[in-house]
Amino acid sequence: MNLLSNLPLLADADGGLFFGPANSTFAPMVDDLFDLIYWISAFFFVLIVGVMVYFVLKYYRRPGHGPQPSPTHNNTLEIAWSVLPSFLLVVFFVMGFTNYMSMRTPPDDAYEIHVQAKKWSWLFVYPNGAESSDLHIPVGRPVRFILESEDVLHNMFVPAFRTKMDCVPGRYNEIWVEAVNTTGSGINPDEHKPHDLFCAEYCGRDHSNMHAFVYVYETGDFDAWLEKAANLYEGRTMAEVGELLYKRKGCISCHSIDGTKKAGPSFKDSFGTAHKFTDGTEAVMDENYIRESIRDPRAKVVAGYQPVMPVFPSSRLSDKDITAIAEFIKSLK
Amino acid sequence: MSVGSTPDKFQAANLDGAQTREDNYLLASSGVGSWLFTLDHKRIGVMYLVGILVSFFLGGIFALILRAELFTGTKLFLTEDQYNQMFTLHGAVMTFLFIIPSIPAALGNFVLPVMLGQKDVAFPRMNLGSFYLWVVGAIFFLCAIIFGGLDTGWTFYTPYSVTTSTRVILALLGVFVLGFSSIFTGLNFIVTINTMRPHGMTWFKMPLFLWSIYATSIIQLLATPVLGITGLLLIAERALHIGIFDPEMGGDPVLFQHFFWFYSHPAVYIMILPAMGIISELIAVFSRKHIFGYRFIAYSSIAIALLGFLVWGHHMFVSGQSQLAAVVFSGLTFSVSIPSAIKVFNWLATMYKGSISLATPMCYALAFIFLFTIGGLTGLFLGALATDIQLHDTYFVVAHFHYVMMGGTLVAFVGGLYYWWPKMFGVMYNENAGRLFCLIVFLGFNLTFFPQFIMGARGMPRRYARYVEEFQIYHQLSTLGAFLLGIGMVGAIGVLLYSLYRGKKAPANPWGANTLEWMCSSPPPLANFDNPPPVGDPYDYSNLRYDEREGGYVTVPGPAKKTSSH
Ligand code: HEM
Ligand SMILES: [Cu+2]
Repeated sequence: MNLLSNLPLLADADGGLFFGPANSTFAPMVDDLFDLIYWISAFFFVLIVGVMVYFVLKYYRRPGHGPQPSPTHNNTLEIAWSVLPSFLLVVFFVMGFTNYMSMRTPPDDAYEIHVQAKKWSWLFVYPNGAESSDLHIPVGRPVRFILESEDVLHNMFVPAFRTKMDCVPGRYNEIWVEAVNTTGSGINPDEHKPHDLFCAEYCGRDHSNMHAFVYVYETGDFDAWLEKAANLYEGRTMAEVGELLYKRKGCISCHSIDGTKKAGPSFKDSFGTAHKFTDGTEAVMDENYIRESIRDPRAKVVAGYQPVMPVFPSSRLSDKDITAIAEFIKSLK
Repeated sequence: MSVGSTPDKFQAANLDGAQTREDNYLLASSGVGSWLFTLDHKRIGVMYLVGILVSFFLGGIFALILRAELFTGTKLFLTEDQYNQMFTLHGAVMTFLFIIPSIPAALGNFVLPVMLGQKDVAFPRMNLGSFYLWVVGAIFFLCAIIFGGLDTGWTFYTPYSVTTSTRVILALLGVFVLGFSSIFTGLNFIVTINTMRPHGMTWFKMPLFLWSIYATSIIQLLATPVLGITGLLLIAERALHIGIFDPEMGGDPVLFQHFFWFYSHPAVYIMILPAMGIISELIAVFSRKHIFGYRFIAYSSIAIALLGFLVWGHHMFVSGQSQLAAVVFSGLTFSVSIPSAIKVFNWLATMYKGSISLATPMCYALAFIFLFTIGGLTGLFLGALATDIQLHDTYFVVAHFHYVMMGGTLVAFVGGLYYWWPKMFGVMYNENAGRLFCLIVFLGFNLTFFPQFIMGARGMPRRYARYVEEFQIYHQLSTLGAFLLGIGMVGAIGVLLYSLYRGKKAPANPWGANTLEWMCSSPPPLANFDNPPPVGDPYDYSNLRYDEREGGYVTVPGPAKKTSSH
């Protein structure tokens, strides 16, 4: 293992062979338990395979050699090798269980973020109403996540934090985490090397593309980011806001802007052009059509697509937001 | 027993290799109908074998397509939709059509009655019925594949499975019918073992393969109905919109997971227990040693079967089930590892001071110990709560279950197939070719699945058509391994098929085993035995001697040695 860890291809300099860097308060505990089980398993594995190979070589069937007499059972021995490993198992169990309890019990003063998973995007909602499609958190402060799903099962998995939990429709699950390192400096994403956040519960077509980033900031930077995120319209053109909403509200998971066909039609060059619908009718894409498609997606379904788009009520997208999105789509001509 | 004391027809065959047409179940009658309507457990076993190998081939093609697509991490030749269908079908075909029935239905069917010195199983018609249920189930699966596919994963998790437009109902009907096939097989075996053990074969004189099949049958009988009912509920939910599992309709998606794993975790033991049974036979025979700790091995099969019912919740540590439940399930999970560990230690002790032959079946048995040990030990990481949080639903799990199911069950199945092949078809395969492909399978297997432990622990989730660049190197190693493994598997089966045309004629007892199936000619006569053969200690090899002229082992008269069976 040590030898392999030195191969740059196979492992990060700062993680082990098996784990990447540990970036939450409980990650080192998980890694330590992993290492403990790993070394004890490695010991037993080498023992078992070693004995096996030794016996094969030593007792290999050679001409003139037969089996030698030996006992066919030995209760003391057998009870010993059943009971002794059990002690190790109890140790693993207890360590796994105590670590788990601390992973599952958030401190009372934790900062709260709501996580809404849906096919196939993430929405993170902060206490001041700000929303984002990537996760932004402060360093050194416990954050509690309240997970929900709008459609099927999803799972929020951040390998760098060693944490994962299902998002189950119709119920809330929670986890918490305290990040120990920032991912970069300032609130400009380009200055960061964010962690991956994956969906780890199979959820249909774009399951493997349900990927977001986790940005960890200094406390001051986080507050600045939060402020900016809450005031969506300040200092942005309508089309820019529309683009943000397009990403945040998950339109991006089904509508491309480069012409590729996903679950829904691409927005590229679509404003002002005629669309054919499954019921045979036809209409030109204008502001009203965009509004209708968002508020009542099943009213007109473009031919060749399934009626899979969710409804966005005004609590999810205000009329102003819709105007911004329409401006954005217009700008793609 | 001694040569002189049993003047039966099979003894004649044993010594001269002379066989009349009626002496051979393969030739006893001919024509397609004589196979399709046969009540002979051996022919039913052979038909299962063909079906299972075809399923394995199909599942294997799907696997290679998956692995090829995963070479780059971006789109190569499958869309996301196609990839999702492909992994679902691969998993579903491998699990339901191949691995669950593989050892019990194919090898078990052939071997069990002969091992008991009997003419057939207790209910031959039910046995044929089980086979046709398997066929019908397989047809449902094929229909699901052809008419729209299936993309739920083999686990059918709700609410996705309630909402997807793919052929969930067809596939579930398939699972339902296959379940009955499995239940009937289990029932048949239980009754056969309970009522038809020959005079002198007490429970503790029974070969360990039969113990393992018995334990398996108990699980098949008790767990499978839960799967059937769960499938029906899901069908009802999809077709009639009853809210059982879908929260939109007031149901609970986590309930489905409880139902599903209440079957599917014990099902893992349906897969692995018979494999352990085979390994017990192989290690003893090819070491020419009495199996060590017979009773511990027998009891551990039963312990695994019973404990297996108590651990399903370890698939749901991150589902939001209560923390108390998680802790209890974690504790119970660890308890199952003890009986499995016992078996490994006993196999090693059996080899001690033996005379070990590296015939192909033994090579598979050794590969099994190596791979199954890795599979079992990596289960410890998944049983411990804190580490499972990181590893759940990643490639670590994919690697773990492939080490257990493929490295364990499949390898034991192939080892068992090589072992009983001479008995089944009356021909010997080429040993060197057999060993060579065993080695290729072993190397290919490790190259395929070992890198998956690493990438999984580092965070690569499973069921991903695309992935971030960090994981590419592991995926590429894995894909190369998969193709090597594919070559190995095709070769291993090829060696056996080739022997049907070119193989030397097999003696009655090529390996010097002392279980009863080796006491009739190879292949067995239609009725197996005219008179029940005498029963002794199945692991006492002291009265067997290699006979040059025969090319196999014969029983020599000698002082009836008294050996204890435990
Ligand atoms: C050449 C041998 C094999 C290769 C290369 C292979 C490869 C794979 C791959 C790439 C996946 C998808 C993993 C994911 O996306 O999460 C998979 C899943 C799976 N495989 Fe295999 N596999 C092989 C043999 C087997 C065998 C022999 C069995 C069973 C006896 C099996 C059972 C499964 C199951 C149950 C799944 C899960 C499917 C799911 O996630 O729904 N595989 N395998
Ligand atoms: Cu998801």
